[in-house]
Formats: sequence, C-alpha cells, structure tokens
Amino acid sequence: MGAPILELRHVSAAYGRIKAIKDISLVVHPGEVVSIIGANGAGKSTTLMSICGVLPISGGEVYYDGRRIDGLAADLLPSQGLCQVPEGRRIFPRLTVEENLDMGAFFRRDKAAIEHDKNRVFQLFPILLERRRQHGGTLSGGEQQMLAMGRALMSRPRLLLLDEPSLGLAPLIVQQIFRIIREINEVDGVTVVLVEQNANLALQASTRGYVLETGSVILQDEARALLANPDIRKAYLGE
Amino acid sequence: MTTPASRKLWLGYGLAMIWLFVLLWPLMGIKPEGLEFAESFAVWARVAAAAAILLAFWQAKQHGFLDAALLPAQAASALLARAAGRVPTWIWLALLAAAMVVFPFLTERYAHDVAISVLVYICLGLGLNVVVGLAGLLDLGYIAFYGVGAYTYALLSVHYGLSFWLCLPISGAFSALAGCIIGYPTLRMRGDYLAIVTLGFGEIVRIVLNNWMKLTNGPNGILGIKTPDAYWWKDGAFTHIWLSSLEQLYFVVLGLAVSTVVAVYRLNHSRIGRAFEAVREDQTAAELMGVNTLGIKLLAYALGAVLGGLAGAFFAARMRFVSPESFTFIESAMVLAMVVLGGMGSIPGVVLGALALVALPEAFRGFELYRMFVFGGVMAVMMLFRPKGLWPAKRMGARSEERD
Repeated sequence: MGAPILELRHVSAAYGRIKAIKDISLVVHPGEVVSIIGANGAGKSTTLMSICGVLPISGGEVYYDGRRIDGLAADLLPSQGLCQVPEGRRIFPRLTVEENLDMGAFFRRDKAAIEHDKNRVFQLFPILLERRRQHGGTLSGGEQQMLAMGRALMSRPRLLLLDEPSLGLAPLIVQQIFRIIREINEVDGVTVVLVEQNANLALQASTRGYVLETGSVILQDEARALLANPDIRKAYLGE
Repeated sequence: MTTPASRKLWLGYGLAMIWLFVLLWPLMGIKPEGLEFAESFAVWARVAAAAAILLAFWQAKQHGFLDAALLPAQAASALLARAAGRVPTWIWLALLAAAMVVFPFLTERYAHDVAISVLVYICLGLGLNVVVGLAGLLDLGYIAFYGVGAYTYALLSVHYGLSFWLCLPISGAFSALAGCIIGYPTLRMRGDYLAIVTLGFGEIVRIVLNNWMKLTNGPNGILGIKTPDAYWWKDGAFTHIWLSSLEQLYFVVLGLAVSTVVAVYRLNHSRIGRAFEAVREDQTAAELMGVNTLGIKLLAYALGAVLGGLAGAFFAARMRFVSPESFTFIESAMVLAMVVLGGMGSIPGVVLGALALVALPEAFRGFELYRMFVFGGVMAVMMLFRPKGLWPAKRMGARSEERD
C-alpha cells in the first residue's frame, strides 16, 4: 500500500473539561472504505469533527494527503478534497434541492465540471432530480440523507467522511444508501470513512474497521475479520 | 352557538377585556386632579364593542352563515387574481414606475414629505434585510450605519464643500468600514448574544456622535449641509442647480431606492446571496461546504452597512441638518419592525413594511393620543395572523418544521 490519505496520530479532543476522545490513531489508505464503529458516546462523531477542524483537537496530529491539517480552518478542507456529511444530515432546509447541491460546489469555479458532477449526483440519486425545485426541508429523511451525500459529492471529494448515514432511516432506504456508498467508492474512486452504529451494515460495506469504546480505539482489523470476531459479534452485532 | 369552542372563545374574549381594562384604567383614569372613570370606561366600552362585533362576524363565518355573501366574493377575487397573474410582470413594473414618476405632480407638499420618508426607510429596510433576512444576523444597532453615512456627508459637505454625488460613495465606504470594525469582533457570536452586542454598538456610535464635540458639534448637530446638485438644461446651456425642492429630492431618493432594490435583487440571486442563506440555515454545515462563515457574515454586515450609509447621506442632504437624536435605538427597532412585518428576505415585503410603518402613523394622526396604541395593536394582530409578514419571501414560505 502507498502513502495513507488520512492519518491520525495520538489525537485527543475535549468538550470543555470532558475528554471525548483519547489518543486515537488511525490510518486510511486511498481507495479504502474504513468504518469506525462503537456504541453511543464512544467518540465516533467527535473523531470526524476533529478531522474536519470543527472541533479543535487538544493533542496529537492529523495528516491529510501527507500534510498536517489540524488547526486549519474547517472551510479550507473541501477545496482540498476532504468533505464531510455531518451527523443529522444538516441540509439547508429553506434552499431548494438544486441550491443545496450548488452550495456543495461553492468554492469551485469550473462551471462545466460542476454541471457534469451535478448530473452524476442526479444519476446516483434520481429522486433528487425529481425534487430539484423543492425546498430541502420538505424532503423525507432518506431523501435528505441522499441530498446531504449529493451535496458533499458536489465538492468532488477524494476523501468522504460519512457520519451515521443510516440514522433514523427505514431498512430499505439504508440498503439503498449503502449500495450507493459502495458505488461512489468503486466507480468514482472516492475513499470513504464511515461512522456507524449499525456495525453489521457498516462492516459489510467496508474494507477495514476500527472499534471505539469510551473515546479510545480498542480494536482494528479487516472488516471480514471483525465480522467474524466473537467479541464484536456479541457486543455490536447483537448476538 | 354554545359549542365548547365558542364558549372558550367568548371566555377568552371576556378575560381579554378585563385585562384591557386593568391596563387601560391606570393609564387613562389616574390624573393629577384625582381619579376618573367615565372617560376610560367610554374608551374601553368602544374597544369591547368593536372586538365583540368582529368576533361575532368571525364566528358567523366559521359556522357558514356568511357563505352566501362570501363565496361569490371569493370566486370574484380568485378570478381577479388569475387575470392579474396573466399580465406579465414587466407590465406591473411599468405601471408601478409610471405611478412613481407622476406621483409628485399629483400631490401636495405633505405627501411628498411622507413619500420621501417612506423611500428612505425602504433603503434602510432593504439594507437591514440583507443582514437579518438573508444572513440571519439579528442586528439591533443597524441605525448606527445610517448615522455614520449621514455624518460622513454632513462633515464633508460643511467643511470641504464636497458635492453630494461625490460623497455618496464615500459615505457608503465609511459605513462599510464601520460595519467591518463593529462586525469583526461581534460576528463570532450567534443569535441572542449578537443581538445584544449590536444593540450596544449602536448606542456607542450614537453616544460618540453626541459627545465628540470637536468633530460632530455634539447634541447641537451640524447645520448648513448642502442639498444634492445637478446640471440642468436651461436657457440653452447646462446650468448648475441645487435640488432643494421636495419634488427634486423625491426623485433623488427614488433613484436611490430603485438602485437599492436592483442591487438587493441581484444579490438575492447570486452565489454570494446563496452563501448568506446557507450560513443562516446552518452555519456548521456551510463551513463544512467550504464557506468561510466569518468572512461571509462580515460581507453581509458590510453590505447592509453600505446601504444604510447611502440612505444616511441622503437623509443628511434632505434635512440639511443632522444631530445624534435621529439615530436612537427606536429607529433601529422601527427598521427591524418593517423587515419583520413585511416578510424577512422579501423585497416587496420590505417595501410594503416601510409603507405601512411610515404611512400608517401618518394616517392615524387624527387619533394623536392613541396613535402608538393603535400601532402596537396592529403589529400584534399582524404577527398573530400573518407571522411570515405581509408579503413573505417565497423560500421562507415553507419551513420544514411547519410542514409536519
């Protein structure tokens, strides 16, 4: 394997005096789908927020594409190909679907390529094309998740961070979302980091996985191995 | 008619009337000469009767007693609306423009005066609309930029004799600078905190104007400001004239207001305007999409300040006198009320809001004593029945949380 696209070295972060993540190290190589699984409050979302610079880290280093990015303003990352789909989707409710997508390409000036990418998003999520003039807030939960992912894809990411894409969605929609995550990875060559409570689905879609517990990495392995691991099956896969 | 719903309605009415009397009597009935009941009771009885009649009508409508009269009226108004919708927008705009142009030739001095006020407030409202409606930053000290613009032109005109047209962009620039200076430390805050801090800064600007005797002549204000000038074709040559009559000033401010409308309209539909809205909708998400949120908010604040500053420069030129008294908090509140009443983020809404809030108090001059009372009542009723404003912005129309 070549150089990693994302590397966290001993990262810690805290909300006030409460330490949310402690000494987390992880590596993501180009082309991988890496999932971070764990229970509620294990620090999964915090890890993503610290990668993106929304939450300043209190220790350690974050490298993206060989350069150190901790301390960089969050808004500088999308133009470097690092984009996040935040927890709870956070689409812009009173902008139309199309305007939401345009916001994903906010920093870009290459009109023709933006149009091309928009068509690709509509191809991945045909429902968005149908609803392009509708306000984001009028979409259903699953459609909003698709919009949030489409919006992130509009920034032409090389590394996509997905925070709980299955949250609150019907099983059928979740299947569909995960199918598209794999397609984005395989066809468009986007590296994906996936944070999920639904460990079973996440690991099935991933190449490797990290298990977080109370803010620390307690286990990392190939996804297939994690799925077979009896401890993991017991703790996270409900057996 | 004694359904539980109607009983509840009339019970509420009774409570409201008792409450009104408890409020009204101390205000009207306690006088230096002693206590008085007759007058306050008469006023109260009239309000109560009017409210009862309105309620009875409303109830009759709910029960369908008025359908015979209302349904044809509704059909007629729907027909009218369809017919109006078929006329292209540009015809409406042309009619509106024609009305604006002939307006001063058909009316009196007093109407000109009110019209100029309305247009100035339209400029201010549109400026604040960029900050509050588009970017979602609640600014309670907006009038400070109006003041900065007014004083910039006043000082440049009095001390250096510079022309209004030259000073207009300078006033805008100074207001933008003031906006950046005030905005840079404050815009890191969100919501209520921002509102309080801007309120403080608005007062600071007024107090500085009031106390910097050497520069601003303090509470005495600045006299002798020149009106705008122009070159006009007269007797076979262009001669220099001062635009000092009210009609002339009307056309100057009309030009300013129309340019403001065009500028704000274009901003609304631009990439930057969309970024303003994204920041309003969800700041963190906007940041994750690569929007420099502090920069965008600062830009919105500065753009709003520029529009306020331009209006201020005109205000100084029109009054030919400025003093800190014109830039008190109540003015900020009025402009904000126009934006909210008209419909946040909507250009026609702000225009209507300004028209309503300037023209209505003028129309109520006959009541004099009860003017503010009526004004407050109208505002409360408006917010109850049309919470999104007189003419809501299209995209404000369907909030997701209200749909479900």
